[in-house]
Amino acid sequence: MKRTNLKKLNDAYADKFGFSMPEKSVLSFDFGLSQKIISDISTSKNEPPWMREFRQKSLQVFRKMKLPSWGPSLAEIDFEQIRYFIKDTDVEKKTWAEVPKEIKDTFDRLGVPQAEREFLAGVKAQYNSEVAYSSLQAELDEQGVIFCSMEEALQKHSDLFKEYFGKLVPAADNKFAALNSAAWSGGSFVYIPPNTHVKRPLQSYFRINAARMGQFERTLIIADEGSSANYVEGCTAPVYSEYSLHAAVVEVFVKKNARFRYTTIQNWSGNIYNLVTKRAKVFKDGVMEWIDGNLGAKTTMKYPSCYLAEEGAYGEMLSIAYAKNNQIQDTGAKMLHLAKNTSSKIIAKSVSLGGGQSNYRGLVYISKAAVDSKSKVECDALILDKDSATCTYPDMKVSGENATMEHEASVSEIEEEKLFYLMSRGLTKTEAMTLLVAGFIEPIVKELPLEYAVELNRLIELEMEGSVG
Amino acid sequence: MFKIKNLQISLNKKNILDKIDLSIKDGDTHILMGQNGAGKSTLAQSIMGNPNYLVKGEISFNSHDLLKLDPQQRAALGIFLSFQQILEIPGVKIYDYLKLLYKTSHEKKFTPLKFKEFLKERMAILNFNEEFLTRSLNYGFSGGEKKKMEVLQMLVLEPKLIILDEIDSGLDIDAIQAVAKAVNFLKKEKQSSVLLITHYSRILSFLNIDVVHLLSKGKIIKTGSNDLVTEIEEKGFANFLKA
Repeated sequence: MKRTNLKKLNDAYADKFGFSMPEKSVLSFDFGLSQKIISDISTSKNEPPWMREFRQKSLQVFRKMKLPSWGPSLAEIDFEQIRYFIKDTDVEKKTWAEVPKEIKDTFDRLGVPQAEREFLAGVKAQYNSEVAYSSLQAELDEQGVIFCSMEEALQKHSDLFKEYFGKLVPAADNKFAALNSAAWSGGSFVYIPPNTHVKRPLQSYFRINAARMGQFERTLIIADEGSSANYVEGCTAPVYSEYSLHAAVVEVFVKKNARFRYTTIQNWSGNIYNLVTKRAKVFKDGVMEWIDGNLGAKTTMKYPSCYLAEEGAYGEMLSIAYAKNNQIQDTGAKMLHLAKNTSSKIIAKSVSLGGGQSNYRGLVYISKAAVDSKSKVECDALILDKDSATCTYPDMKVSGENATMEHEASVSEIEEEKLFYLMSRGLTKTEAMTLLVAGFIEPIVKELPLEYAVELNRLIELEMEGSVG
Repeated sequence: MFKIKNLQISLNKKNILDKIDLSIKDGDTHILMGQNGAGKSTLAQSIMGNPNYLVKGEISFNSHDLLKLDPQQRAALGIFLSFQQILEIPGVKIYDYLKLLYKTSHEKKFTPLKFKEFLKERMAILNFNEEFLTRSLNYGFSGGEKKKMEVLQMLVLEPKLIILDEIDSGLDIDAIQAVAKAVNFLKKEKQSSVLLITHYSRILSFLNIDVVHLLSKGKIIKTGSNDLVTEIEEKGFANFLKA
């Protein structure tokens, strides 16, 4: 993208969310990637030899691997122009009062959901690369639930950590998983003990605030047998002058009879490459639900997947992609049925406007072992103007006997008749458009925590104000 | 005062209505009758500003030239049209939607409690069940429910000019009475004028009619009092037109 365009885009962003907080880093490393930088990250985190080795090996893998040959172009990413680690504060903040004022101001101006204020004690907020604020709920402790930063988990729960880390998304999975494996920093570790039900959502706030900084957070979740929990992460990012890269890895293990829901709302600023590998392994009769909303970024590539590894496992993906200002949202889901009587559902909705492009890219694989399995895929695209586009790339591979597959796809525009109907009731065109777009994504939005749903609808309203002539 | 003068309306270059003149005094109720395809809905849609129609001539409401205004501006002047073809808007919760309508037509600042009480009162006029409020606008509604939802929106907006396009079609007698009650409520409270398009006289027995118009082949061929309705009912449209 040309600099003038980028500036224009940033100006628009500044009008709406408008700010970029001054960078104030205690410790930051040079640009680019080298064995030394990776080693420095390990040293700063006081890591055990196995993790040092894992990072160095991953770096080798990263160097050998090529960029994906499919999907949106990533050629503009200059890996040497990225700063791989920034640590904003030396120690994790224990109470909200200790959190620096400028960070609080940022949350204020972003209109961080009320939930965050109400359930502050349960919030994990990531500022730059590390968890800046962390205060575990007494009730989580009581239940034996572990919810902490990855760094802390590596030190305090090393056996559990080592048993699961990198087992679902190995470094060699893809180039960005390899990069994350080499340079990961921050992210959440969650362990839910057997038969434990966590009622309140585990919330985490991720954001980036340093130009040219790659954020490579890593999340590892283990929901033990018969347990249930929700994890919610929301991302919003201020204005940048340079490209940034967000390459996260999320691994979720859903054990026998467990139930886990992972909700993400991301609203990266328009210059970020958001390339995330999310994967869940679901054991016997377990239930995994991904809810994923991608609203920002320059290019998003994200295909959360479920490995339905044992009989009766269920995987679900509900997603919203919102592509504007020439953004590319290349998202979807992968459901791999590997055992009998497994089932999956994918509902993907996208809205494209202002030259944005939303692609659905998905895979449903039903292996030979997965007899009597079921899958349903539904993709609905809404296009608001002629400059915008949508594509669907559904891939289905079925070898299991007696499998049931359903696939529905629709592309629609805002109907003039509906606009007229709503305007005749005294609504402005902007209000009418907002209602129609909000109504279109409502089946997904209603699954979000209320505060996020409100924030999302407010965001769409802002977008419509900018786009309706 | 609502006034139409020498109106000509076409759709896709095809002339539908021609030389229409019509005036409705404040507080008056006019009935527009006519066979299917006579152009009744076209007239109603054009008054509201449906962009599909090409409209020439004059339409004014309280001296505002409506042809210069978009549908939202017409609504802001206090004009309301209940649609004959009622569209389903999935995902739009009725309660939130009605609150938005209330906001556009009433003072901007109000408490949720005040709105709730207002809405409860209006829903009672129509015997509307409160559980409708959590549903999507018209989505999966029966024909009768859709009509009642149109009238509920009317009661929230409190328009000065009410245009009802075959609101009584497909309604049972209880529902027709409820609709008439709603119209009479606004006539009393807001001195609203009414233009009611209908095929049947049933609803008319619940309303005080001032003027009746008969539309045929794109023209108003007869204007008269309530007696005109009886005459048309007795003879049927075809015979009446022949006579």
